[in-house]
Amino acid sequence: MLNRWTPFEWIIALRFMREGRMQTAFIISGVAIGVAVIVFMSALLSGLQSNFIRRVLSAQAHIQLLPPKEVARPQRDVEPGADNSVYGTIVQPPLQRVRSIDQWQAIARHIGAMSQVVVVSPEAAGSVLAVRGSASRAITMIGIEPTQYFRIVDIRDKIVRGTDRLNAADILIGTELASDLGVDVGDKLRISSALGASNTLSVTGIFDLGNKGANQRTTFVALHTAQSLLGLPGGVTGLDLTVRDVYAAERIAQRITAATGVQADSWIKTNAQFFTAINAQQTSNTVIRFFVALSVAFGIASVLVVSVVQRSREIGILRAMGISQGQILRVFLLQGGLLGMLGSIAGAALGAFALILWQQLARNADGTPLFPLSFEPVLFIAALVLATLTGLGAAVAPALRAARLEPVVAIRG
Amino acid sequence: MQLLDVHKSFNVGTPIETEVLHGIDLTLFKGEFCAVMGPSGSGKSTLLNIVGLLDRPTRGTLTVCGEETTRLDDRALTRLRGHNIGFVFQYHHLISAFSAIENVMMPMLGAAGFPDAAMSERAAELLEYVGLTPWRDNPANKLSGGQQQRVAIARSLAMNPPVLLADEPTGNLDTKSADSVFELLRRFNREQGTSVLFVTHNPVLAQRCDKTIEVIDGTIVDRHRGAKAASDADLLL
Ligand SMILES: Nc1ncnc2c1ncn2[C@@H]1O[C@H](COP(=O)(O)OP(=O)(O)O)[C@@H](O)[C@H]1O
Ligand SMILES: [Mg+2]
Repeated sequence: MLNRWTPFEWIIALRFMREGRMQTAFIISGVAIGVAVIVFMSALLSGLQSNFIRRVLSAQAHIQLLPPKEVARPQRDVEPGADNSVYGTIVQPPLQRVRSIDQWQAIARHIGAMSQVVVVSPEAAGSVLAVRGSASRAITMIGIEPTQYFRIVDIRDKIVRGTDRLNAADILIGTELASDLGVDVGDKLRISSALGASNTLSVTGIFDLGNKGANQRTTFVALHTAQSLLGLPGGVTGLDLTVRDVYAAERIAQRITAATGVQADSWIKTNAQFFTAINAQQTSNTVIRFFVALSVAFGIASVLVVSVVQRSREIGILRAMGISQGQILRVFLLQGGLLGMLGSIAGAALGAFALILWQQLARNADGTPLFPLSFEPVLFIAALVLATLTGLGAAVAPALRAARLEPVVAIRG
Repeated sequence: MQLLDVHKSFNVGTPIETEVLHGIDLTLFKGEFCAVMGPSGSGKSTLLNIVGLLDRPTRGTLTVCGEETTRLDDRALTRLRGHNIGFVFQYHHLISAFSAIENVMMPMLGAAGFPDAAMSERAAELLEYVGLTPWRDNPANKLSGGQQQRVAIARSLAMNPPVLLADEPTGNLDTKSADSVFELLRRFNREQGTSVLFVTHNPVLAQRCDKTIEVIDGTIVDRHRGAKAASDADLLL
C-alpha cells in the first residue's frame, strides 16, 4: 500500500519506473557503467598520484635551500670600443666548488620561526671516495644532524642491517655499496675527500632506499664529520625543510627566497615533470568524465521521452483528475533524478568492485599490491550527486513536454 | 453550469481550421441527469471536454459552479476541475501501474499531496459502492472491462464532485455491464445530487434520463424533457 510519508509525485514516479521495468533496468545499467568507469579511473589516478607523492616525499625534503651558484663573469667589458667594434667574450661556466650558505644559523632560525615550517635540518654534502682495501667507490657523503634529518627522511625505516646510530666516527651506507665494497656492519671504511682530508669510519647501519643508484651512492655521516672532511668548518651546503602543507611548498619556497636571498627549491619544482604528467592525465580524465556525463544525460533523456509518449494517455487522465502541470513536471524530473541516483549507486558499487579486483590482479613481482588504493568517500558522494543532477537536468525537456501535453489530445491519443 | 454561445474550432489559424461547435447554449441544473445523443463526430466529446475544463472554447462563455472560466489560467482551471468535475471516459483509462483502490484514491492523493487513512477509507467505500470490494487490490489492468469502468466511476466520484461527465461510458460494454454502469451513475445522481452529462448512443438509456439533448454537426438540435424536470432557478449551478 501507499506509505503516508511518500509524496504524491514520488508515488507516481516510483510506480512508473517499476512498471517500466526493462527500460528502467537498462538505463540504470547504462548509468552504472558510466559512473563505474569514472569512479575506477579517478580512484586509480588519485591512488597513483598520492602513491608517487608519498614515495617522493619519504625520500626528499619538501624544500631545500642551496648556496648560490657561482656565476660566470665575462673577462672584459662588452661595451663597444672606440671603433664601434664589439668584442666577443667566451663565458665558461665556472667549476662549482663546495660552498657554504652564508649565515646559515641565522637563516635556519628565521625559517624555523615560520608557522608553515615544521623541521629545518642542516646538511653538508659532497663527493668523496670510499676506500676499502684495494676497492674504492665515488660516493655522495651527506652530513646530517640525525635528530632533525630523520624527521624529514626517516632512514630508520630503511635500515636493513645494523642501527641508525651516527656518532662522529660512524657511517650509514646503502646495500649496493656494502656489497660492492664487501663490507658489513662493524667494518671500517676509509673516506677521503678531494681536499686531501681523510677519516676512517665504521659502518653502523646498512639501508635500502628502494633504488639501486641511491643504494650505491648515498651515505650518511654526522654533520661535524662531513664538515671537516669537506673543509667547511661550521658551514653547511644546504638546509632541508618540511612544511605543514606539502602542496604549498612552492609558495613557501618563493617566500623564503624573497626573505633570505637564498635559493630555495621545492619538491614541486624538482618534480615538475611529474606534475605536468598529472595535469595532462587530469585533463583527459575531465574530458572523459564530461563525455560520460553527456551520454548518461542523453540516455536518461531518451528513456524519459519515450516514457512520456507511452504514458501520454495516463498523463491526460491525471490532468483530467485535477493533477496540475507542476505535479506532472515533478513526476518526470524525479524519475530522471532517481535514474541518475540509482545508476550512480550501482555504478559506485561496480567501480569499487572493479578496484578491488584490480588490486587483487595487478601486483608487484613479490605479490604486494602495486600501490594502496584509497576508497575516498568524497569520490563516491561526488559521483552520486553529479549523476543525480545530470539525471535531473536530462529530465527537464521530457518533463516539460509531459507537463505541457494538452490533456484532450493526450486522452484522444 | 452554463454555456452561452460556445464555439470551438480546431487548428485555428491554419488552412484546415474547422469549427466543430457552432454556438452551443446549455444549462445543466443541480442534480440533473442529462443524456447527450448524436452521431459520431458531431462534437459531443468536444462539448464535454469544454464543459470539463479540459479544453477552452474558441468563443463564448462557460460558467462552472458560479465561476466564469474564460479568464482563468491553467492552474485555476486544474483546481476547479479537480474539485468540481468527475470524468468517466469510454476507455476507462485507469492508471495501470496502480491497483483498483489506488486508482480510486488518485484524485484525492493529487489534491492533498500525501496519502492518508481517510483517503483509503473513502476509496474502499466507493469500491464497495460499485461492488468491487473483492477486487480492490487487483492491478487495474487485470480487471474486466465492466469492472474497470466501475473503478473509473468510483474514481470520478472520489472528490464528491457536483458535476459528473460521462463520455460514452457504456459504449464498450455488453448490455448487462452497460446497464449496471448506468444504474450506478443514476443512483449516485439521486443520492448525492450530482449533475450528470451522459453521452450515449443507446436510446433506451437516454429515455431513463431527466432530459436528453441531441447534438448534430456542432449544434444542439433537440431537447427532450424526461420524466423529472429540475427547472428551479435556485438550483442553477
Ligand atoms: N483535437 C482535434 N483536432 C482536430 N479535430 C478534432 C479534434 N478533436 C475533435 N476533432 C474533430 O471534431 C469533430 C467532433 O469530434 P468529437 O467531439 O469527438 O465528436 P463525437 O464525440 O460526437 O463523436 C470531429 O470531426 C473530429 O474529427
Ligand atoms: Mg466522442
